[in-house]
Amino acid sequence: MNVIETSGLGKSYGRVAALRDCTLTVPAGRAAALVGPNGAGKSTLKSMLAGLTIPTAGTAAVLGGQPAGSAAALDGTGFVAQDAPVYKSLSCGDMLHLTANLNRRFDHEYAQARLAELGIPLKKKAGKLSGGQQAQLALTLALARRPRLLILDEPLAALDPLARQDFMGTVMTAMADDGVSVLLSSHALAELERVADYFIVLASGEVRLAGDADDLLAGHRMLTGPAAEAGLVASQQSIVQIRRAAAQAHVLVRISGPDEPVPPGWEAHAVGLEELILAYLRAPGGPAQPGPSAALRPEPTEVAR
Amino acid sequence: MTVLTLTAQPSRDAGMAPLPWRRMVWVTWRQHRATLISVPAVLGGVALFLLLAGLKVHHDYAVLAACHGAGAAACENRASALTSTDWTMANTVLILMNLAPVLIGAFAGAPVLARELETGTFRYAWTQGFGRVRSTLARIVLIAIVLAAVSGALGVLFAWFFGPPMRNTGMTPGEATVFVTRGLAFPAWTLAAFAIGVFLGMLIRRVIPALAVTLGAFLALDLLAWLVVRKLYLPELAPGRIALLQRQPAVPHFWPAQFIEAGWLLALSALLVAATLWLVRHRVA
Repeated sequence: MNVIETSGLGKSYGRVAALRDCTLTVPAGRAAALVGPNGAGKSTLKSMLAGLTIPTAGTAAVLGGQPAGSAAALDGTGFVAQDAPVYKSLSCGDMLHLTANLNRRFDHEYAQARLAELGIPLKKKAGKLSGGQQAQLALTLALARRPRLLILDEPLAALDPLARQDFMGTVMTAMADDGVSVLLSSHALAELERVADYFIVLASGEVRLAGDADDLLAGHRMLTGPAAEAGLVASQQSIVQIRRAAAQAHVLVRISGPDEPVPPGWEAHAVGLEELILAYLRAPGGPAQPGPSAALRPEPTEVAR
Repeated sequence: MTVLTLTAQPSRDAGMAPLPWRRMVWVTWRQHRATLISVPAVLGGVALFLLLAGLKVHHDYAVLAACHGAGAAACENRASALTSTDWTMANTVLILMNLAPVLIGAFAGAPVLARELETGTFRYAWTQGFGRVRSTLARIVLIAIVLAAVSGALGVLFAWFFGPPMRNTGMTPGEATVFVTRGLAFPAWTLAAFAIGVFLGMLIRRVIPALAVTLGAFLALDLLAWLVVRKLYLPELAPGRIALLQRQPAVPHFWPAQFIEAGWLLALSALLVAATLWLVRHRVA
């Protein structure tokens, strides 16, 4: 089952396109990370998948084909929006009761145990909680609904390192114990790398790269060789980015498999996820790249050192 | 650290029957507790005042009626005293009653959606299983029922309170300022103000500007009703003072006019609620 399926999905505000022609497929059971600079369309994409924002183009479906925003989709999707909004004047206990009333399922036992474990008293007003506690409350509310898809929008942004670790611990426990699929975004690439096994790179409202982390790594390598030959290598390979440093050039290329020959005089290295993602973020206007196939060749970037 | 596990997964087709409406009763009560307590509390205070003041007014006029025909000079004095005290009070309350619908309706209506949009909690509320259109509709209807009930009761109490001073000054329930405080018109105006507030709250997305614009929109509607609409169904009575304490002639077409006024106001309210729900469904950040 695919937990997320979008086809030609787009959202425009007036003439400004927040997201364009987004076609994605995320299999169930993954922790998918949405990566991209501010304004790349990450929040718009998550908001549409959560059924909050209505697309202006294309379709979005979750949980095996349920249209985003439909009763079945809302029922199975837990969404924690940016800044983890909760009613500040309500007590935590009231927030639990409220969420229970608004949903088909609500695991009170789980929610109460989690809040107790986090040291969040039920009587405390949600507005009086610290940023980390408020995020934990919002996450607990979402998980107690027993969703099959959990969408988290910049959940770590306002949290200190300890709270970040606790928060991601909760998410990973839910994934491990319950098989919840997760879609999350964060600017903290290192943190995402620890949690996520599926990556979607968005820039300027377009999908630049999407795929399983292992496939992405296996489908790329870094070639290092004399700068003078960089142009020649670039013309023969499916390249993502060229970096020239004095006499040497580093060329990030897409490969179809490990047996693909290395140009003579050049060295091949495995590439790191962070390096790969940053390269795609820098690449101007690359088309969507579902999986590591080299069928589509975006214009490579030249980064002078 | 205790390991907490979630129990069995929901089956895929958990029978997607909509969640029962009655769940929204507690939700609405809890989320709009401030409004649902303060509006009835304030109106309860006003009602208590009307009750006590009404007893005095009724007593005063009963005494005046008994006095009639005895010593003419003494009665004149008593009548003019009543005019200066009781009538001043009654007239002040009448003005407040004319403002009450917009005050109640805007205060209760504008924040319903504007606060959610302003604070960002709509991203929580509208992604829950209940569905945003249904939960919004339920909240609007439940608050509207409470407002209709308390404003309807207040209208009845005011009509009783205002009876003697009105008769004494020769006003009739057919006069616009009195007409709107009575019968069906008073709760209908309150509901219309509420619907305007809810709609503008959704449109403007901020509580205070929505409140301000609601006041303006209500006054415009009031003016329209006064200058244009009401003339179509409420004939103006020839001006002229009715002799003191004379039994007043019934206003012709009073109840039909009340039904018509309440009818178009409720139709307008329903239209505004429908427009609000359309916006909730289609226009989100």
